[in-house]
Amino acid sequence: MTAAEFQVDLVIPTQTKYLSLIGSIGEHIAKGLENYSGDKNALAYQLNLVLTEATTNAIKHSNSDNPKDTVRITIHIYDDELVIKVYDHGQGFDLDSVPLPDDLQESGRGLFFIRELMDSVEYRQEQDWNVLEIRKSLK
Amino acid sequence: MKIKKEKIKDFILLTPEEERIDAHNSTEFKEYILDLIKKSEINLIIQLDQVRFIDSSGLGALLAGFKNAQRKAGKLLLVNIQPQVLSMFELTRLNRVFEIYADLDEIFESEP
Repeated sequence: MTAAEFQVDLVIPTQTKYLSLIGSIGEHIAKGLENYSGDKNALAYQLNLVLTEATTNAIKHSNSDNPKDTVRITIHIYDDELVIKVYDHGQGFDLDSVPLPDDLQESGRGLFFIRELMDSVEYRQEQDWNVLEIRKSLK
Repeated sequence: MKIKKEKIKDFILLTPEEERIDAHNSTEFKEYILDLIKKSEINLIIQLDQVRFIDSSGLGALLAGFKNAQRKAGKLLLVNIQPQVLSMFELTRLNRVFEIYADLDEIFESEP
């Protein structure tokens, strides 16, 4: 992996009205990948969905008592890989303890989508942020 | 959230006039559906031709409607789903839970 070709760094209030903006940025990035040989439209939907789910998750886990709380989203685009990081100030959760949803369960498919559509997912603490790091190979 | 509501035969046809169903509008969508079911409108068709994007909370809203309709011996059918949205149903295997039709004609061919 060489230096990032470009990166996007966003900070948004913890409000769901910004989800469509975040999702559409993912779509634009996918459609503009000149060297990607796979289905760009499929990747566009996937990035829209993964960014939407990860940001929703961060908003849900954020500190609802603080109206000035923010979620930070960074997207690094390398030649052969895309790395999304979503930072929140919330209490965090244990990624490994999130179960797969049953067929009729109404919630819990957000992380399922992220795991299923991307290549790796990690959740960790960095200073006073929780970070969900998602990687997708662009080969 | 803009939702068009029409009556077709014994069904209420709901057409969300939104490109996206996500965590921003899915609660409103779910409550709209559950409210109809509470008022005994238990046979619903949801037409998703304008919906280009759905997330897990949107699928959850549809599932809540489906389960509530079924509990009252009603039906919640899905119709006109765009291909990329349909692939989310397939990925989550919810295509095996919902009755999904290509278009309205297909529904009424199978309904007596």
